[in-house]
Amino acid sequence: MRSRNGTPANAYLFVVFLILYAPILYLLFYSFNSGGTMHGFEGFTFEWYQEVFQDTRLFVIVLNTVVIALLSAAISTLFGVMGALAINRIRRRRNRNALLTVNNVLIVSPDVIIGASFLILFTMAGIKLGFISVLLSHIAFSIPIVVLMVLPRLREMSPTLIDAARDLGASGWYVLSRVVLPFIRPGIFAGFFMALTYSMDDFAVTFFVTGNGYSTLSVEIYARARHGISLSINALSTLIFLFTLALVVGYYLMNRRGNRRPGWGAPLP
Amino acid sequence: MTGRTRNFYLIPYAAWMLLFVAAPIALIVYYSLFDIEGKFSFTNYQKFLSPIYLKMTLYSFWYALLITLFSLLVAYPTAYALTRTKHKQLWLLLIVLPSWINLLLKTYAFLGLFGTYGLTNAILETLGLGTHQILFTDFSFIFVSVYIFIPFMILPIFNALEDMNSSLLDASRDLGASAWITFRRVIFPLTLGGVKAGCQAVFIPALSLFMITRLIAGNRVITLGTAIEQHFLVTQDWGMGSAIAVVLIIVMALVMIATGERKRGVKDA
Amino acid sequence: MKPLVRLFTVVFAAAFVLMYLVARLNSAQGLSDGHTLTIYNWGDYIDPELITEFENESGLKVIYQTFDSNEAMMTKIAQGGTTFDVAVPSEYAIAKMTQDNLLLPLDHSQLPNLNNIDPRYLNLDFDPDNRYSVPYFWGTVGIVYNSKLLGGRELTSWNDLWDPSLRNQILMVDGAREVIGLGLNSLGYSLNDTNETHLQEARHKLEDLMPNVKAIVGDEIKMLLANEEAAVGVVWSGDASEIMGENDNLDYVIPSEGSNLWFDNMVIPKTAQNVEGAHKFINFMLDPDHAARNAEYVGYATPNMKALELLPEEISGDERFYPAPELTNKLEIYRNLGKRMLAHYNELFLEVKMHRK
Repeated sequence: MRSRNGTPANAYLFVVFLILYAPILYLLFYSFNSGGTMHGFEGFTFEWYQEVFQDTRLFVIVLNTVVIALLSAAISTLFGVMGALAINRIRRRRNRNALLTVNNVLIVSPDVIIGASFLILFTMAGIKLGFISVLLSHIAFSIPIVVLMVLPRLREMSPTLIDAARDLGASGWYVLSRVVLPFIRPGIFAGFFMALTYSMDDFAVTFFVTGNGYSTLSVEIYARARHGISLSINALSTLIFLFTLALVVGYYLMNRRGNRRPGWGAPLP
Repeated sequence: MTGRTRNFYLIPYAAWMLLFVAAPIALIVYYSLFDIEGKFSFTNYQKFLSPIYLKMTLYSFWYALLITLFSLLVAYPTAYALTRTKHKQLWLLLIVLPSWINLLLKTYAFLGLFGTYGLTNAILETLGLGTHQILFTDFSFIFVSVYIFIPFMILPIFNALEDMNSSLLDASRDLGASAWITFRRVIFPLTLGGVKAGCQAVFIPALSLFMITRLIAGNRVITLGTAIEQHFLVTQDWGMGSAIAVVLIIVMALVMIATGERKRGVKDA
Repeated sequence: MKPLVRLFTVVFAAAFVLMYLVARLNSAQGLSDGHTLTIYNWGDYIDPELITEFENESGLKVIYQTFDSNEAMMTKIAQGGTTFDVAVPSEYAIAKMTQDNLLLPLDHSQLPNLNNIDPRYLNLDFDPDNRYSVPYFWGTVGIVYNSKLLGGRELTSWNDLWDPSLRNQILMVDGAREVIGLGLNSLGYSLNDTNETHLQEARHKLEDLMPNVKAIVGDEIKMLLANEEAAVGVVWSGDASEIMGENDNLDYVIPSEGSNLWFDNMVIPKTAQNVEGAHKFINFMLDPDHAARNAEYVGYATPNMKALELLPEEISGDERFYPAPELTNKLEIYRNLGKRMLAHYNELFLEVKMHRK
């Protein structure tokens, strides 16, 4: 974290990161507590980690969560990019804003409402509750955030760039794949990661639309809260956290070696 | 590009919108027109105009405003400091990473950190500042809300700062402007788009916060989101819950219109 | 374009590998064949060993699915789309589900172990003749207090809560029936009261209590009380017994004015596919040995009198959780007051919550 701007900026960043990771470090710390609760550290133990590795059901639930997060993030990114391209084409500002407002409805609606209305929708459509219904819902509520992440980059792109490409005889697909998509790539990455975040964190919507034994981690954690969350959940979260941390850092380094900025940030509208 | 390709992009997005946005909105509006005994009436909207719900709306706005303000105050310097770091993309990813750990678990960690015998009070005690009640206060509520929303504020501001042309800063400095003037006259106006986007991404969901109103604020703060959740899950008065949701959606639309892009051609990002 | 293609390829490949892994794990557990039984219960509300034993004994594979509130559970069952063979709702939910036609009547001939249940917990108002439900666990609502923080003082009644010395010391569960109920009980009214003047009286009295209330919270109340975040808590007995095991300073009392008696019962929802297996499971759980082990694991009070005999004396003889019959008579079960009244209770509770100190 070396900076051109000297120590105050770094000190500030350090404090921000400290606060952001404080609750996670807290969970991590108590995952080794032999006392069994999240207060009063009694002794060091790996008991909770052993419990995690012995619990096949929990393992299946974790895998389910990851599968849903990956698939829904990828598919909603595809749909969201198309949506952003479509909105970008609209010439009239008023219509564009209207469409954007509708786009944001799912972001502002409380999860309970989204969950309940999706449940009604799925049962009306005769879709069996389980993997498919959960996947569809996660795709559905992730699309608007992808649109929000991609659209601003599109708006920034100067039309002359496209015109130039077309004047040079490029086909529609060529323009899209060689000019447009590379330009909005940071937005697409941002959308993908935001969708991933939304999916991992969602409880209420998943709860309503899941069934037939299908469960994700957050649903399981909430249901366990009535009896107090066991430290094996802490242990599990610690493992997931370390795994994602390794993944993120690994991905970053991999991309750097390929001399490519993994640039994934994009401005919102 | 041609009209043919435009239709192609619009189809999947429009299908999504019809199924997962238009249909739920229609359902919500439909439900909001029935009272608890299933009779058609406008009683739900009448009830919304009673002092207790208006008071709740006022509180929701006030807290959402405070949360947005503090998020901005923390996020702007963070984003600025981030752009000056060496591995800025990696640090940015690490800002988002904590969001992937289950919210309920993190909230439980906060209960431990902020408790009477928690870490924060232990630090205050050793600093000679004495033990304070932190949990179940406005402070803890706003603190944890800001914690949750901060990545959504940092991201767009970071991108806006990144897109800024650094030669402008040099020009400003060469013309003898102080750091403060440069910030106020050059940097801030140029990143206004990102700030606006971040405020939208925080303010709108903050209106419908729930769960942490109970966990962290001990139900001393009641927002519209809490009320909707209660009506859907406890009272099972879906009509009233839907009526509040309709109001929320209208408010969201108004916020979008108020902060939306004004003039064409201006990079409003 | 290339980084994008690479990202999507990796993501889809990873997802499909993981899906294959899940399918393998599920089939290794035998979840894919038709002999399954789906149980819909609160999280961690059964001894997992009993599930394994039941699977071995019956040859059925158990799918254990969890919910976090009665209301959410009812919504799921009412909508259909998923098959639950056994569910464990609380008593007021059972009354409502019966009314809404969501339950199948039980065949008592397939439940010989029903005889093990204490007759005091059978044939109750919410389910006459136990046509639809069989008791699983039961308990009360009462006060947990920390004698160390209160300087050795004991609390015995609801009205003790209004003592000015308890300022900012009380935690309450986030339940409209519980809180309005304690207000009504403290005034000597029934917790099923629907008289508007009585209800308004209770609201005003509860608003006077608010300076003493530190927070109104959910399941986390247990952790907060065990951590001595507050000295007094209004909780369900099951939660109380759990945290008293963690913190020796805590004690539980059923208030002298009377309180609520609650049940979690096993039912067979209308959506059940394996009705015979459901009966087998319910009968299995009613077995004295199984019920006793379950009670030890979960820590709640069992309605199974044969199981009670098998439990150690320090559990079965504890009058705080197995109160003597004289006190039990003062306890009331929540009656289904109807949607409109329930909404009114919630509205009153909302006003109490929004009352600023």
